[in-house]
Amino acid sequence: MRGAGSSREASLAREVPAREMPPARVLAFEHVSYRYPGRSDAALDDVSIGIAAGELCLLAGLSGHGKSTLLRAACGLAPHFHGGRFAGRVTLCGLDTREHGPAHLGGVAGVLFQDPETQLVMNSVRAELALALESRGHSAAAVARGVEEVALALGIDHLLDRSTHELSGGEKQRVALGAALVGRPRVVLLDEPTSQLDPVAADELIGLLWRLNQEWETTIVLAEHRLERCLAVADRVIALRDGRVAHDGEPGEFLAWAAREAPALQTPGARLFSLAGLSPLPVGVKQARATLRRHGLLPQDRVAAPAPAEARHAQATRGTRNGLTGRKARKAQGSPALAMRGVWHELRNGPAILRGVTLALAPGESVALMGRNGAGKSTLLRHAAGLLEPTRGRIECAGRVALLLQNPNDYFLHDRVADELSAAALAAAGLKEFAQRNPRDLSGGERQRLALAIVSGGGKGEGDAPATIALDEPTRGMDREAKAVLAEELRGRARDGQAVLVATHDPEFACACAERVVLLADGRVIADGPATELLAGGWYFATETARILAGAGGALRPEQGAALLGALRSSARELDGTRPVARPTVAPDAALPNAAPDATPPKVPLESAR
Amino acid sequence: MNGTFFHRRLPSPLHAARAWVGALWAAALSVAALLLYHPLALFALVLAVLGAAAGAGVGREVAGRLRLALIVALPIVTVNVLVAREGLTVFARLGDLGPFGQGDLTVEALVYGAVIALKVTLLILITTLASLAVDPDELLRGLRRLSFRSALTASLATRMVPVLAADALRLAEAQRTRPDGLQNGASARVALLGAVLGGSLDRAMDVAATLELRGFAHHAPGSGTSSVGSNAGAGRLRRPWSRHDLAFAASAAAVVALALAGRLSGAASFDAYPLLHVRLDAGTLALCAALLVAVLLPLADRRGIEP
Repeated sequence: MRGAGSSREASLAREVPAREMPPARVLAFEHVSYRYPGRSDAALDDVSIGIAAGELCLLAGLSGHGKSTLLRAACGLAPHFHGGRFAGRVTLCGLDTREHGPAHLGGVAGVLFQDPETQLVMNSVRAELALALESRGHSAAAVARGVEEVALALGIDHLLDRSTHELSGGEKQRVALGAALVGRPRVVLLDEPTSQLDPVAADELIGLLWRLNQEWETTIVLAEHRLERCLAVADRVIALRDGRVAHDGEPGEFLAWAAREAPALQTPGARLFSLAGLSPLPVGVKQARATLRRHGLLPQDRVAAPAPAEARHAQATRGTRNGLTGRKARKAQGSPALAMRGVWHELRNGPAILRGVTLALAPGESVALMGRNGAGKSTLLRHAAGLLEPTRGRIECAGRVALLLQNPNDYFLHDRVADELSAAALAAAGLKEFAQRNPRDLSGGERQRLALAIVSGGGKGEGDAPATIALDEPTRGMDREAKAVLAEELRGRARDGQAVLVATHDPEFACACAERVVLLADGRVIADGPATELLAGGWYFATETARILAGAGGALRPEQGAALLGALRSSARELDGTRPVARPTVAPDAALPNAAPDATPPKVPLESAR
Repeated sequence: MNGTFFHRRLPSPLHAARAWVGALWAAALSVAALLLYHPLALFALVLAVLGAAAGAGVGREVAGRLRLALIVALPIVTVNVLVAREGLTVFARLGDLGPFGQGDLTVEALVYGAVIALKVTLLILITTLASLAVDPDELLRGLRRLSFRSALTASLATRMVPVLAADALRLAEAQRTRPDGLQNGASARVALLGAVLGGSLDRAMDVAATLELRGFAHHAPGSGTSSVGSNAGAGRLRRPWSRHDLAFAASAAAVVALALAGRLSGAASFDAYPLLHVRLDAGTLALCAALLVAVLLPLADRRGIEP
């Protein structure tokens, strides 16, 4: 494979004059602008960037701001495949994308998109991995060796003889990555590859990319919404806004810029630090904890971390079903909106997908359903909505269960939003302005809202309102802003007395919208408790704030975490006033501005704090 | 969509054999089914195919196809009884049927219809077994030397069948979750069809983009159009013949030979018209036993079958 790759590179080098190949840059955009066919707005607008060999570069930005288009322009799909108007120049490994199509560019760049299902085109994993090499005319021996090596490198050798349609989502994404890497490309372009993976599989994928980058100096360009997953391994972050490069710098610089200019792009850890007035903003948990330790603010270093008032209030109100009190709350506790008792789902000639699940949701209660891919979350939701019948056990519902499945597009039958819902329902969903648009042209968040309104039967009168809303992975591919809007919508529905059941892989979203978390594994409920507890103690099913604060105060949102740090700082000050100060540990460059506007610059005593 | 009727690599001798040998074996069974008319020989073949399916770990799926075979078989028998006029043993008289003449139903037409239905059943079972046990990718890879893009397109089509079926299932499920349920009426069906078509086209675009990046449009081996991959055609990787390859190849040859011998020697002679003549002697029984053994013997060797 190496021999074949070398000869290929040599032949590519012959095709492009040496003066056109910037030696250090494997990918260069020079004043690139691009419009998709039939669109008046530019998807890319005068973009100029250069990415050096061996860089691990993140693309950040809200949905629809140009990340995917940039990747598609880098591999030649824009304009060769999509059409449209293209200006400027993109060179990939010295190849001008205006002169070389994606088929040719695919020889030097591996590309991985969001949906693994559309990237697997063969029936068996071995054939899938072999396809790219066979298409380029490599010898059978080179193909066999390439397949073997990439399978070993990605740990998918045990899948080689499996059929692609029987793989799990995580396995499919790994195989698709293998197919992209089998030709040992110099550049790998990835468009939100973790959006459909559970936290474990997502971490594994990011780890693999990091290994590729470190061990083979493969250049990685990765578009991702959940930056906290990969910021720590990145060399550089390019933020796009309205198709333009809004920021280009190291991860730390990006976080500082995002805190000022684009709060929606901040990671939870960075938001926690910026709200608490701490710096530098952390690119990962390790750095965050090191900074807190330096400041004597790491909660586990203390005897007892005081829970901030906001967190205490949140915990207190969680006992009252999202604010329902008195008679309403008692009534709610009396008759559950949804009750599952010993529900089994056993496949004929196959495994049991659900194994005796017992679960009850009170009206107004919001529950996040978490667990690995294949744990049984989607099956459980289908049972709740009556799409499946349990093979054993019973399900009782106080009213209709509205289920929103993973792909909102599946709900749209018409070419106009106005044909999908009544005018009143559109107005209620806040989508009136899109009435004449095609539903498929809406943004991810808007499509999700429209689909939610459709399944909720909004606008058809009170009697049709569902007692329970169930959502299956509603945040796939959503940016942080859209997630926040959806979380608020779900909280609102819970306040109105609807039970909310959300299957999600996203601990931050679960923390934002649910008061209770149910953890499924192998079809069984293995944990069921308040979100603040369950999302605080784990490695994978924990919010970034909780991981930084070692679970002190529970699973806190950044705002709550900042309040906790403020409380810690106040207690440190009190201790500082009563005990001798050892010595300040605040680094000169790590100034600790105050969370409270009237506070004086703090002296954080390490010893006195313990 | 649970993928029941698509190839999965299972631990069985048939799965362990190379794809074209498996396909050749299935073709030999089909040839035998077409050559033989003796009902006992055909029953023996049905039994052999069901046994082979069980040995390949897909017995339940193949047996499940008997229902489909019955749906196809019944009209064949019925039509033959109604239209065939060559038989002499009348078991029911329907009287004058106008332009169709006298409606005399004969035992010979009934039996001949049943034999044809049995042959069709056999072909359905053999096709099902082959689709479950023979790797289409490996099979089509062999064809790529003849026409790379055609073979790849065929591979893609076989891959897309379960994917599109899963899409359709998902879409129907989504429609069932609407508060007003799955809509009836022509306009609702047209809208649903439009949605299915739209989704398929979206997926087709994504798949096409993936294929483009994998070099589908770039080079066909042997076409000499590529500037890269100078190793094209540098020789195939030799795959040694396994015991299962040899066993199934020998079985295929034996099955065809037995069918030909049965046909030519008269051991499996069968005449339906004008009067039924079914030979049943030691030769016929030996042929049936030999067919069973020839089909099932390769499946008895379970060494080296793990994927």
